[in-house]
Amino acid sequence: MSIFVIGYYALLIGASCLAAYFNKRSIFLLLFSLLLFSFVMGIIGGQGALLTVTTLAAILALAAGISYGFREFLVQLSDSNVGKAFGGGSVMYWTVLLILVVLIFGGWMLEWFNPAVFFAMLVVWLILPFLTDQTAKALRTAPLTAAFGMFIIFTYAIMGIFAEYIAPFGEAEIISDSFAPPDDNMLLGADQLGRDMFSRIVYGSRNSVGLSLVATTLAFVMGAGAGLMAAIKGGWFDQFMGRFADVIMSVPSLIFALLILSIFGTGLEVIVVVVAVIYSPRVFRLTRAVAGNVVVMDYIEAAKLRGEGTGYLIRKEILPNSTAPLVAEFGLEFCFVFLLIAGLSFLGLGIQPPTADWGSMVRDNATLISFGDYTPLIPAAAIALLTVAVNFVVDWMLFRSSGLKEM
Amino acid sequence: MGDILSLVAKRLGFGLLTLFVVSILIFFAVELLPGDLAEAVLGQSATEETVAAMRDQLGLDRPAIVRYLDWLAGAVTGDFGTSLVTGDRVSEKIGPRFGNTLFLAAYAAIIAVPLAIILGVIVALLRNSIFDRVANVATLTSISSPEFFLGYILILYLAVKAGWFPAIASLKSDMSLVDMMERTFLPALTMVLVVIAHMMRMTRAAIINLLASPYIEMANLKGTPAWKVIVHHALPNAWAPIINVVALNLAYLITGVVLVEVVFVYPGIGQALVDAVSKRDFPVVQACCLIFAATFILLNLLADVGSILTNPRLRHPK
Repeated sequence: MSIFVIGYYALLIGASCLAAYFNKRSIFLLLFSLLLFSFVMGIIGGQGALLTVTTLAAILALAAGISYGFREFLVQLSDSNVGKAFGGGSVMYWTVLLILVVLIFGGWMLEWFNPAVFFAMLVVWLILPFLTDQTAKALRTAPLTAAFGMFIIFTYAIMGIFAEYIAPFGEAEIISDSFAPPDDNMLLGADQLGRDMFSRIVYGSRNSVGLSLVATTLAFVMGAGAGLMAAIKGGWFDQFMGRFADVIMSVPSLIFALLILSIFGTGLEVIVVVVAVIYSPRVFRLTRAVAGNVVVMDYIEAAKLRGEGTGYLIRKEILPNSTAPLVAEFGLEFCFVFLLIAGLSFLGLGIQPPTADWGSMVRDNATLISFGDYTPLIPAAAIALLTVAVNFVVDWMLFRSSGLKEM
Repeated sequence: MGDILSLVAKRLGFGLLTLFVVSILIFFAVELLPGDLAEAVLGQSATEETVAAMRDQLGLDRPAIVRYLDWLAGAVTGDFGTSLVTGDRVSEKIGPRFGNTLFLAAYAAIIAVPLAIILGVIVALLRNSIFDRVANVATLTSISSPEFFLGYILILYLAVKAGWFPAIASLKSDMSLVDMMERTFLPALTMVLVVIAHMMRMTRAAIINLLASPYIEMANLKGTPAWKVIVHHALPNAWAPIINVVALNLAYLITGVVLVEVVFVYPGIGQALVDAVSKRDFPVVQACCLIFAATFILLNLLADVGSILTNPRLRHPK
C-alpha cells in the first residue's frame, strides 16, 4: 500500500461522500461505481491499473475543461451578434465569397502564392453569418460532448489549412533511417522509409479530410439535387430514381467501391466519383422524404399558382424549411465517406504514395505493432477522433431538431 | 393469414429482382473496362497474337449478353469460371474461404446479439441517467472508429503486451473447434465491439420509441414495476424493430469483415477479394462481389420478412 493507493481511495471515497451530502445523485453514482470498479482493478492489476485509471480520469477532465472553455468562447463570440449584418445573403457577402474562391483557386492552380491564408478567410467568412444571439442561445444548452466535437473539428481545420507552416518537414522528405525512434528532431519518430511521422500526420489531415470533403460535397449535390427534383416533379422520374437508389444501396459500399476501383484503377478522381455515387442514394432518400413533406404544404401550392419556377421553389420555399436535417445528414455522410476512404487507403487502394494519408500510414507501419510500439495507432486514432467529434456534433443537432427533448 | 403471405411473397419477389439487377451491374461493370478484358489483363506489352489468343480463351468474341447468361447460369450452380492469374477454378479457391468467413461472422454474432439486446434494454431502462450518457459516448466512439483501429488496439494490448491470444488468425484444416475459437477470438472481438454498439443504440431507440405510447403510460400509472413494463408490455411490440436491427447488423457483419480479415490475415473471402482487386483478377472479384451482395440482400430480406411476421397488427388483423 503506497501513499498513492491510499490517496486514490481516500479521494474517491471523500468525493462520493461529498456528492451524496450535496444530493448530486448522478455524480455520486458515477464516483461510487468507479470506486467499486477500482477495488476489482486494484486487486487484479495492482498499482499500475489504478495509475491507468487516474491517467484516464485526468485526460477526461482535461477534455471536459477544454470543451467547457471552447463552448464559453463560442457563446461569447456569437453573443456579439456579428452575424446579423450578414443575414439574408447580401450582394456584398456573395461578392467577397466569390473573390475568395477565385483567389484560392488561382493560388492553387497557378502556384503563384500559397492559398492557405485565403482558405482560412473563406472558412471564417462562411461561419460569420451563423454568429447570432440565436446560436448563442442554442450553444449555451449544448452538451460538453458537442463542444468537444467542435473543438476537435476546429483543431483539424487549422492543422489541415496551415499544414506547411505546422509540419517541420515535407510530406515526402526522407530525413533518417526507417522506423527511427522519436528524438529531438522528430516528435513521433520516422516511418518505414525514414520520413517524419508527425509531419506526415499533419499533411494527412489535409489530404484525407480534404478528399473526403470533396467526395461528400459531390455526393450531397448529386443526392440532394435528385431528391429535390424527384419531390417536385414526382411521376416516373421519382419512381426511376427511387429504384435506382434501391439497387445501389443493396450492394455493400466497400464491396461496390472495390469492384469499381478494380476496373478503373485508383486515381483520385475515380475515388471521388465512386464514393459520391455510392453515398448519394442515402442523401437522395432523406432529401426526398424531407422535401416530400414540405412539397404538400399550402404555401408551395400558392407559390406554384403564382407561377414561380422550379428554381425559385427549391431556393426560397423548400430548402429553408429542410436545412436542419440536411446539415445533420451532411455530418453523418462525411463520417461514412471518411471511414470508407480510410478503409480503401488501408487496403492500399485509396490515396497513393508518396502523398501522406492516414489510412495507408496505418498499413505501412503496421509491422511495428508486433514489437509493442503504438506509433501505427496514431494515424488510426486521428481518423477515429475526427469521426467521433463529427458524430458528437451531429448527435446534438439531431437531438435538437428531433424535438424529443424530454424522452 | 393470406395478407401476410402475400406481403412476404411480394418482398421475396422484390429481393430476387434486386439480386438479378445487381448481378447485371456486377457483370457489366467489367465490360466498362477501357479496351477489353484481354487487353486489360495482358497489359500494354502484349503482342497482337497473345491478345487474340486470350480473347479466344475467354470467349470474348461472343456478344456480352450471351456471356452474361452463361456466367449467371454458372454462378447459380456455384461455378464462377477460372481465375485469370492462377488458372484455378474460382469456386475451389473461394468455397472454403467463404466457410471461414461465415464461421467468423457466426462466432461474432453469437456473442454480440444476446449481449447487445440485454444491454440495450438496460440502457433504455436507465435512460437519461449517467450510465446512459456514458454508454452513449462509448457506443458512438466504437461506431466511429475504423475497424482496423479497434483491431490493432486489441492486437497491441491483448496479443503483443499481454500475450493472451494469437495476433494472426491463421487456420489449419485439422484444428479442433476450441483451437479455432481461440485463434479467431481477436477478429471476432473486433467485430463484436462494432456490432454491439450499433445494435445497442438501435435497440435502445426502438424501446424508448415504444415507451412513449399511451398503453405504457397506463401500465406505469397502474404502478407496475419498470422491468415488468419493459419485459411484459414493451418487449412484445419491440420484437419487430429488434429483429430488424439484428438482421441489418448481421448483414453488416458479413460485409464489414473485409477490413478485419486483412488486419488479422484471416483466410476468408474478404481477403480473397482484396487480393483479387490488386491483381485485377476479374472472375474472382465478380464472384466475391456477387456472394457479398447476395448475402447482404438476403439478410436485408430476412429483416423485412421478420418484421412483417412479428408485427402484431398484421398477425391479428381485425
